[in-house]
Amino acid sequence: MIDLLIDAYQYFLANQSRFWTAATQHLWISSAALAISIAAGLPLGVWTAHEARIGQWAINLFGALRLVPSLAVLFLVQPYLGIGTTPALVALTLLAIPPVLIATYAGVRSVDSGVREAARGMGMTAGQILWRVELPLALPSIVGGVRTAAVEVIASATLAAFIGGGGLGIFITRGYALFDTRIMLVGAIPVALLALMAELSLGWMQRRLASGLGAAT
Amino acid sequence: MALIVADRLTKTFPGETRPAVDQVSFEIKQGEFVVLLGPSGCGKTTLLKMINRLYEPTAGQLLIDGVDARSVPATELRRRIGYVIQQTGLFPHLTVEQNIAVVPQLLKWDRRRIEARIDELLDLVDLPRSYRKRHPRQLSGGEQQRVGLARALAADPTLMLMDEPFGALDAITRARLQDELLRIQQRLHKTILFVTHDVDEALRLADRLLIMRAGRIVQFDTPLAVLAEPADDFVRDLLGADDVLRRLSLLTVADALASNGASERLAENGAQETLKPGDTLREALIRVLRAGGQALPVVADGRNVGEIAPDTIASALTRKTHALPD
Repeated sequence: MIDLLIDAYQYFLANQSRFWTAATQHLWISSAALAISIAAGLPLGVWTAHEARIGQWAINLFGALRLVPSLAVLFLVQPYLGIGTTPALVALTLLAIPPVLIATYAGVRSVDSGVREAARGMGMTAGQILWRVELPLALPSIVGGVRTAAVEVIASATLAAFIGGGGLGIFITRGYALFDTRIMLVGAIPVALLALMAELSLGWMQRRLASGLGAAT
Repeated sequence: MALIVADRLTKTFPGETRPAVDQVSFEIKQGEFVVLLGPSGCGKTTLLKMINRLYEPTAGQLLIDGVDARSVPATELRRRIGYVIQQTGLFPHLTVEQNIAVVPQLLKWDRRRIEARIDELLDLVDLPRSYRKRHPRQLSGGEQQRVGLARALAADPTLMLMDEPFGALDAITRARLQDELLRIQQRLHKTILFVTHDVDEALRLADRLLIMRAGRIVQFDTPLAVLAEPADDFVRDLLGADDVLRRLSLLTVADALASNGASERLAENGAQETLKPGDTLREALIRVLRAGGQALPVVADGRNVGEIAPDTIASALTRKTHALPD
């Protein structure tokens, strides 16, 4: 086991430039997918939360979409978008939207009805209620959704290599093709570490925000 | 001048056949404390929420200070009306001072004016200024509702709407906040519409009671008049109008003395128990009974202004019950 790790480390040392290119690409594609999914999922989540009738229906739909395996999404978009970075980005974005959307929906819906009524009764406009009341109160939940999405995207970005999208997955596909476990580890370990870092940092942020609202001092 | 004039105000919710509020007309004067009382589902909260247009009336007209409520944007109208609700509706992510500052900020007051106003309001609702930086969750239920009251009073509205504001509080805290509200009202003379289903609270606070049933007004009069002459059996049952103690709690020692023609004399020294003119007759009766049924002197400003005996109370009760103006 230790030998394997040392071997993997030596492979990494010998292929540093390729590793860093792949790692940068991995991070770039993950961040881009995450950014787009927030830009789309957050407003959609707010909208579904406000439209009581469509809301539940839309949430069920997106909940069902989450059950489609990420690999399947990758291969499903391929016939339409070909191979390379773009289809990988599209697939990862589609993957990341549901958790962001559902968390936003849940966060906005969880705002106490009395709080919302007071806000209206004091003469806030719909926009003021959204920006000053609903979004600040929903923020811990939204960050939680981003956390789930980030971990999923970082892990799934590995699969981009299967359709020529690059990223750290190239070491896994190469290692798999050559039956070389140490090459696979050069891809797998950094991905696991990245996902763990995203999980821990966003989880910490979520707890900070939640305790800020709880104000238990 | 009447501050609020409702003319055949009606609200029918979508999908309902029976209106929640059915052609209700009334007038409320500037500075009046009106309590909307009735069983749940009678339309009292719906009526209240039509005043600040949280519910838009289906039909009818509402004038506030002579202006049709629909002629101004709803948000602008609401900023001029104080609003207090049972769950307090305090913003949990904002501090006490930020909560109080909401409406002044919406009205774009300058910072210094808002700061001064926050101190003034905390003093008014009897909260320490050190609470400014606290969050609502760090306060007790009673303290939270004091902040709710301060927040509603922030922009100094002439009209206050209160929807069962003390409904979630324990009996002792509720009684204290009722006292505070009466004290504040004596100072500020707001026009208050207050919804409750607690009869004792209603009798205690109201200048006039607006009693509702099934979307209509059954009776709109002073507590004493309503108790003495309930419009029908529904009102009688609702108020427990036959409850003598309840009626006594609306009369004061001064009311009983006025007819008694007792001559003034200097208060005698001694450990004997005395009554004040402002005490309720209910309180007086309890103290008289405790003293073994003997008459107790009434003392005002160190002078003995009369005495209260069991028959003084009895005659005050019958007189107030039967000699009311029509």
